[in-house]
Amino acid sequence: MSRGTNNDRLARTEALTSTLAERILVLDGAMGTMIQRHRLDEAAFRGERFADWSCDLKGNNDLLSLTQSAIIASIHRAYLDAGADIIETNTFNSNRISLADYRMETLAEEFNEAGARLARAEADAATERTPKKPRWVAGALGPTNRTASLSPDVNDPGLRNITFDDLAGAYREAAMGLIKGGADILLVETVFDTLNAKAALFAIAELFDELGFTLPVMVSGTITDLSGRNLSGQTAEAFWNSVRHASPLTIGLNCALGAAEMRPHIAELARVADTFVCAYPNAGLPNEFGEYDETPAMTAAHLAEWAASGLVNLVGGCCGTTPEHIAAIAAAVDGKPPRRIAELPRALRLSGLEAFTLAS
Amino acid sequence: MIASFVNIGERTNVTGSAKFRKLILAGDYAAAVAIAREQVANGAQVIDINMDEGMLDAEAAMVRFLNLIAVEPDIARVPVMIDSSKWSVIEAGLKCLQGKGIVNSISLKEGEAAFLDLARRVRRYGAATVVMAFDEQGQADTAARKVEICSRAYRLLVDRLGFPPEDIIFDPNIFAVATGIEEHNGYAVAFFEATRRIKEMLPHCHVSGGVSNVSFAFRGNDPVREAMHSVFLYHAIAAGLDMGIVNAGQIAVYDEIPGELRERIEDVILNRRVDATERLLDMAGSVKGQARQATVDLSWRQLEVEKRLEHALIHGVADFIEIDVEEARQRAARPLNVIEGPLMAGMNVVGDLFGAGKMFLPQVVKSARVMKQAVAYLMPFMEAENAGGAREANGKILLATVKGDVHDIGKNIVGVVLQCNNYQIIDLGVMVPAARILEVARAEAVDVIGLSGLITPSLDEMVYVAKELERQEFTLPLLIGGATTSKVHTAVKIAPHYSGPLVHVVDASRAVGVAGNLISPNERERYAAQVRADYRRLAEAHARGREVGRRLSLRDARANKAGIVWQGYQPPRPARPGITVLDDYDLAELAERIDWQPFFQAWELAGRFPDILDDPVVGEAACSVFADAKALLRRIIDEKWLTARGVIGLWPAGTAGEDDIEIYADERRQGVIAVVHTLRQQMAREKANRANLALADFIAPRESGIADWLGGFAVTAGHGLDPIVADFERRHDDYGAIMVKALADRLAEAFAERIHERVRKQFWGYAADEDLSNEALIREEYRGIRPAPGYPACPDHTEKRTLFDLLAAEANAGMALTENFAMVPSASVAGYYFAHPDARYFGLGRIHRDQVEDYARRKGMSLKEAERWLAPNLAYDPELGEG
Repeated sequence: MSRGTNNDRLARTEALTSTLAERILVLDGAMGTMIQRHRLDEAAFRGERFADWSCDLKGNNDLLSLTQSAIIASIHRAYLDAGADIIETNTFNSNRISLADYRMETLAEEFNEAGARLARAEADAATERTPKKPRWVAGALGPTNRTASLSPDVNDPGLRNITFDDLAGAYREAAMGLIKGGADILLVETVFDTLNAKAALFAIAELFDELGFTLPVMVSGTITDLSGRNLSGQTAEAFWNSVRHASPLTIGLNCALGAAEMRPHIAELARVADTFVCAYPNAGLPNEFGEYDETPAMTAAHLAEWAASGLVNLVGGCCGTTPEHIAAIAAAVDGKPPRRIAELPRALRLSGLEAFTLAS
Repeated sequence: MIASFVNIGERTNVTGSAKFRKLILAGDYAAAVAIAREQVANGAQVIDINMDEGMLDAEAAMVRFLNLIAVEPDIARVPVMIDSSKWSVIEAGLKCLQGKGIVNSISLKEGEAAFLDLARRVRRYGAATVVMAFDEQGQADTAARKVEICSRAYRLLVDRLGFPPEDIIFDPNIFAVATGIEEHNGYAVAFFEATRRIKEMLPHCHVSGGVSNVSFAFRGNDPVREAMHSVFLYHAIAAGLDMGIVNAGQIAVYDEIPGELRERIEDVILNRRVDATERLLDMAGSVKGQARQATVDLSWRQLEVEKRLEHALIHGVADFIEIDVEEARQRAARPLNVIEGPLMAGMNVVGDLFGAGKMFLPQVVKSARVMKQAVAYLMPFMEAENAGGAREANGKILLATVKGDVHDIGKNIVGVVLQCNNYQIIDLGVMVPAARILEVARAEAVDVIGLSGLITPSLDEMVYVAKELERQEFTLPLLIGGATTSKVHTAVKIAPHYSGPLVHVVDASRAVGVAGNLISPNERERYAAQVRADYRRLAEAHARGREVGRRLSLRDARANKAGIVWQGYQPPRPARPGITVLDDYDLAELAERIDWQPFFQAWELAGRFPDILDDPVVGEAACSVFADAKALLRRIIDEKWLTARGVIGLWPAGTAGEDDIEIYADERRQGVIAVVHTLRQQMAREKANRANLALADFIAPRESGIADWLGGFAVTAGHGLDPIVADFERRHDDYGAIMVKALADRLAEAFAERIHERVRKQFWGYAADEDLSNEALIREEYRGIRPAPGYPACPDHTEKRTLFDLLAAEANAGMALTENFAMVPSASVAGYYFAHPDARYFGLGRIHRDQVEDYARRKGMSLKEAERWLAPNLAYDPELGEG
């Protein structure tokens, strides 16, 4: 691959795992919130290369890795300066399924590679500035805009508008780009349909087989509302049982909920997951204008309590969080011991929408 | 959910369930999904899904079924076992599972490379897997081979692939025993032995098996098979079996298998004797053919005959009743002793359990069926003995549905319950005139008279019977029951006319206690006086209550009619005006539309459908009666026991005056062919926005020039019912008789509902795009109403005459009216259609003399007659005047 040698990669993975065992690491905050601050217009999104593109591109945030790379780099830098140990690439929608909305499906791999490259450069620069605090790049793989477990038509519950194979193909291509661009970690995030995530994990495993090496994988689900289930209906424990076969470095939750609402579900994962737990909630629930009101101090206070309660190994922010939030969070968890990985008796742990355990 | 032994449901398996296979082959996935739901509801912790059927595209069927159940939270909550002999089907299934399921199965059959490849893919899809004890040489049948193959598979999976051992489930092959082939005798023992060693040697793995294979030699003999499964599981679980693919409903309880049968089965399963198979075969002959109820607990057949009779009565099992009664008869001095001894003792237990709320009406009626069949068996012996001497009953009770009324389900239930408690019942049937009731009561020297009725005019008829009893100086206790009767009506309207004991009986469960009190020489006076005092207080309170209510004059009420703005309203013209006859309507189509809620009410089971099926108290009884109902419904449809006939009419109409609707001969709207008279609410309205409604408000006024329409319908599902009921009664099967009547009523209601839908969408056609679920239909979330004469919005039954004439219901649907305007056949519904979007159901409530006078004038009847038909709605006492 383009970035470093096998040994460099192994060393970084090793450092990540050992650091996670020592302290609570900090993930960055929202990319979209920060991009909005720049109030970019259609022309800014298009840049030179896509000036004559056949459809509107404003709102295609991932495109900015190509057309406004300086802005994206500056956002990464802001989070690194705020104390983030891990930054996420600007690639949430960079898969052929979501990009089809902008007729850019053929550019999926390029988007991912460019996004990873930008983050890689900023992370490396930060590591150089403070060698005792190494930084990592998590390549973001979003949920796509289709669901493999749900029907798009209430009158035809057996119908699906996406297949496992289509999803796996899209994820494979995206993961390939992220790896080429130098991501240290693959982050399957905002999982509202577990079957989409299983397709992503399947594709990633197949890709690793082909490449002959692996990277750490993080999985982060989304409990979509106060029902305590993801969109496809699973509880937190059922979700963990569904993805545990991929041996992810972390399991956790992000988005949809603020810290207050997310806590019981993170506590549940902390109890059942025999791996590291990662949480990056929104800055509260959105107000009636769709804005997030929670201040850095408020979010940080919640996460400090989670850390004190031994629930988390990795914390950050999702929608509405800013470098100020991340700085407050980093300060709040600094020096607090990380969660100890749960040790569970071996058992056959299955799931439907709910978890089912048969003791060994 | 944490389990230690897992029942895997096998009913969603086309190779294991003929029913499921048929549904899938027919493409009826909705019904197939219902099977999965039922299986989960019945406790399956994992469901096995298998689509391996030659006629089927198994991959497509697997995907479709999994996608359908994925969106059903009450099914999808449990893990799925994807069962196929084809990897392509398994893989297609794995791509549909968001949860972690189980693959069933992979094996070493094709060698190590293929095995490891499949296992790696199973792992990649995030599933656990069943591994069959099958290798390149074939299926393992000895313990040593089973252990050898499983050990080899385990080492390959765990050591080579890092497959989690807890996700490995070995299936060491359960084969049939007692096949007559000597080598097979040790198969079960080999399975137990292999299971024990696999669990010892191979840490964290699990063992599963298809249990029903073991009893394959006894197919056709479910009692023996179920007992064999139970014995097999007992020993297999002890050896370490973790999961079984088995129909949980088809396992006998180990402890309840009769001792000798169990011993012989254990001889077979554990291979303890050379002649074990022969000995079980010998016994199987005698166990075979027993009904399922018996096999749930075979042990009762070993009891003394008295206890067997008691068991048969309590559990409503009629299968052995004649054998047992015969045995009891041979032991008894006289046939009558059997009735008075063990049978009555059994029925007393039933009565006590019913009284204590531990049995429910459908079960009691089943018990009565057994009792009647037992008595019927003994009758010829008693007649031969010529001992005459009728048995000593607790009392003799006359029951009748009064003149003009044809409804008798409730009355029949009361009769059955009283018979269960050793009362002799003389049932005069339906439409019984007062004179005949009195005549029979006198001739038979009955102890109590019970009157029943459903329609409101029957209330008046009951008053008449009471007056006649008084006039002819009867002093017998009189019981009043039926859907429209009430304690208040009895107290206010009947009590003043009869000086004998009088009690309103609210439902069948109360009948026994009331009858007991009224017949007991010690209790009768005190009880009757207490009830009378109670009714007097009720009547006084009622009279006081009436004075308080504020009333509105008819003029004021009319001034406050529904505020429909007619200007600009365009009534939809029916797609098919005039008469449409619906002859021999498809019962299967109606069966789908049944609203089951009232069915359970008819059986006095309280609760909302379908929740009632899971109710901790009545759920078992409700499930049982529901299952019986569905089975009977199937026969009604398949064997065409009933014929559904109906007629609808859609006519040009306009409101004339204030409250009458004129029906016109044609769309020139000149010749009036009939007038529908409606009544208007007269309660004082506190809130200004609440109108005083009459149905006429929903039809445009004649003078508005707007061309409006009124519809009417009369439908029945009762043709053919009488001979069927008679047939059940001849076989002493009250349960079946009541059931078929209750189902006919449900079908008639479903017919009305279905036709209303077709009127909205098709015949009238004003809501062609309506698309509502059955639940939404039952909740009436549609435009337009179908009020029925005799019900709250238009309580005057006499208006049915006009409706029937307009529809020519007799000629078109074979429906008639009695003198009190009950419809014949009884399972019938008739009413009007109003299409205006603001049309809604309402209750008329109490009306005043000014309106009754006006109504009598409009209808051309005397005030007295109008008051008689409207008696339940009068806000005044016609004999006292309005105070």
